[in-house]
Amino acid sequence: MNSALVESREWLLAQRWVLPVLILIGFGLAFAIPEYGWLNKYVQLVMMYVGINIILAVSLNLVNGYMGEFSLAHAGFMAVGAYTSALLTMKVLPVVAYPALFPLAILAGGLMAALFGLIVAVPSFKTRGDYLALITLAFLMIVKSLIENIDYIGGPRGIPGIRKLTTLPWVFFWVVVTVWVVRNFVYSKYGRGVLSIREDEIASDLMSVNTRRVKFLAFTVSSFFAGIAGGLFAHLLQFISPRVFDIIKSTDILIMVYLGGIASIGGSILGATVYTALLELLRPSTVAGMLSWLPDVVFEPLNQHFIQHLGVWRMVIMPLALVLVMIFWPRGIMGLREFRWFIPKRDLEAHRRVLDDEKKT
Amino acid sequence: MSEGIVYWLQQTLNALQLGSIYALIALGYTMVYGILTMINFAHGDVFMVGAFFCFLAAVYLGLPFVPALLLTMIGTALLGVAIERLAYKPLRQAPRVSAIITALGVGIFLENFTLALAPYPKNIPMLLENVTWNLGGVSLSSLQVIIIFLSLGLMFLLDFVVHRTPVGTAMRAISWDKTFVPLMGVPVNLVISVTFAIGAGLAGAAGTMYGLAYPVIDPYMGIMVGWKAFISAVVGGIGNIRGAMIGAFILGWVEIMVAAFLPSTYRDFVAFALLLALLIVRPYGILGSPRVQKV
Repeated sequence: MNSALVESREWLLAQRWVLPVLILIGFGLAFAIPEYGWLNKYVQLVMMYVGINIILAVSLNLVNGYMGEFSLAHAGFMAVGAYTSALLTMKVLPVVAYPALFPLAILAGGLMAALFGLIVAVPSFKTRGDYLALITLAFLMIVKSLIENIDYIGGPRGIPGIRKLTTLPWVFFWVVVTVWVVRNFVYSKYGRGVLSIREDEIASDLMSVNTRRVKFLAFTVSSFFAGIAGGLFAHLLQFISPRVFDIIKSTDILIMVYLGGIASIGGSILGATVYTALLELLRPSTVAGMLSWLPDVVFEPLNQHFIQHLGVWRMVIMPLALVLVMIFWPRGIMGLREFRWFIPKRDLEAHRRVLDDEKKT
Repeated sequence: MSEGIVYWLQQTLNALQLGSIYALIALGYTMVYGILTMINFAHGDVFMVGAFFCFLAAVYLGLPFVPALLLTMIGTALLGVAIERLAYKPLRQAPRVSAIITALGVGIFLENFTLALAPYPKNIPMLLENVTWNLGGVSLSSLQVIIIFLSLGLMFLLDFVVHRTPVGTAMRAISWDKTFVPLMGVPVNLVISVTFAIGAGLAGAAGTMYGLAYPVIDPYMGIMVGWKAFISAVVGGIGNIRGAMIGAFILGWVEIMVAAFLPSTYRDFVAFALLLALLIVRPYGILGSPRVQKV
């Protein structure tokens, strides 16, 4: 029985058509859920946050996981994208054309963030490790400080009253695009360059990898999607201010990436989902809702002494859980491993050949 | 004296006060980095816990300044050792990023744990009688004098410990070579614990003094101060103790001067822009030595 289960799992993982079909089903669900109201508004909102966090984690994994640098700037790129797209929909684009032009605004936010990504890529040519981490931190602080000092875009007060244009299908669309682009990038020639930089930069330089070009590309792609996520985030939250995009936001994304495991797209998806969902599940209202089937005798004292206090304590439980995960599972959920569905066929076959050769010898 | 010079001197004095607090925290970052090549991101929050320990000692135990300071330093030193033993030691052989993420996690834990216990900002009572002298227009408070001289004293003590005692020699040996020094019979775990204890104790002292200088304390105050101290450590050359002190005074001076002569909202902007410029000119900090990569 057990071996049959393993076999069918192996068979399923080897099928290349599963992922496209899953994506199609996902699209169908993304349209159907808000249309027919299958899930309540709160669950839909959480799903959109999960999607945005997946975009952030997957794109950050490109720099922090695959390339092995430690970037703290992701919230800064997100801020650039959020402000660009929000200003476009608030001040530039005509009101009537909102739904049609919304994707353009998001795209513009992504492109603007990519432009800033180029700027951060330049110091990464000469600086590595902790010093590069510090440069990215400085970038984040400078972006935040600049936004605070420009009164036209609201200064420290931020921009209130952004229209809610982010929908579930759009979030799902961008998640698919992010995963698709990052996956293809990582398994391309440049992607191998990215990996070789992580393993040994000097050696890869000597092997005629154009490390500057690879770094440019990696930072640009990564920050582009951070900008996209920022735009989606702004039009979901409907309010942005410099405080939303501070170092705590960057830390959150870092935690998702390393919880999921470095250099793994599947890991980032899992990490973002688990982290976001757990934070929401630990909310007092959610826990009370889930346990409300208990008889009143049990529920009432539980609610009074335990659930009502979760609001504060969940933020104590989460980092504690993170530390425990890191101690007992230092590579995260999927560190350096990948779902077979994300790996291109030729890589899988090459991998299998290596395994077969090892068996023979 | 002309008014400009007086103003300038006054701001320099304020910068010395801020810089000495940054320096005390930066030392903890740089010592841990020197010995473990690990950025202890929870260090800023140890500083915050130090301020809260001082609050507890002053309000609930009613202690005067010196016992409160000592108690705070002992408390944070124990906290530092506990963090190292429980959270970092199991990860010493793990990939470096796991340790960094763990440190971030410990930091967030400390912040929110404090927040859960103390939901509102607290006021540290005046532990010292504050006398203000007027020296030709420059006002000098006794609190400033105490903060500056106490910090300098602690720094010289640390410099002495690191360069003149067996423990300090062991520390420098371990940061110099991690493979062979343990084979010579140097108790690595003990030395690392001592390093954490000293660093966290200094952060506790910084927390006490910060609480006296700026009496309203809240659980998130450690984030920004911690990052600034970390920047000081890097500016001075991370891993280098004297560099951390120089970096901290430079950063404190720049911040105060920007706030004094420009709108104060530009403070972070200028501080970080200067940091960027410095890192581009000297990527390894002021006193740090360039890392030679061997192929």
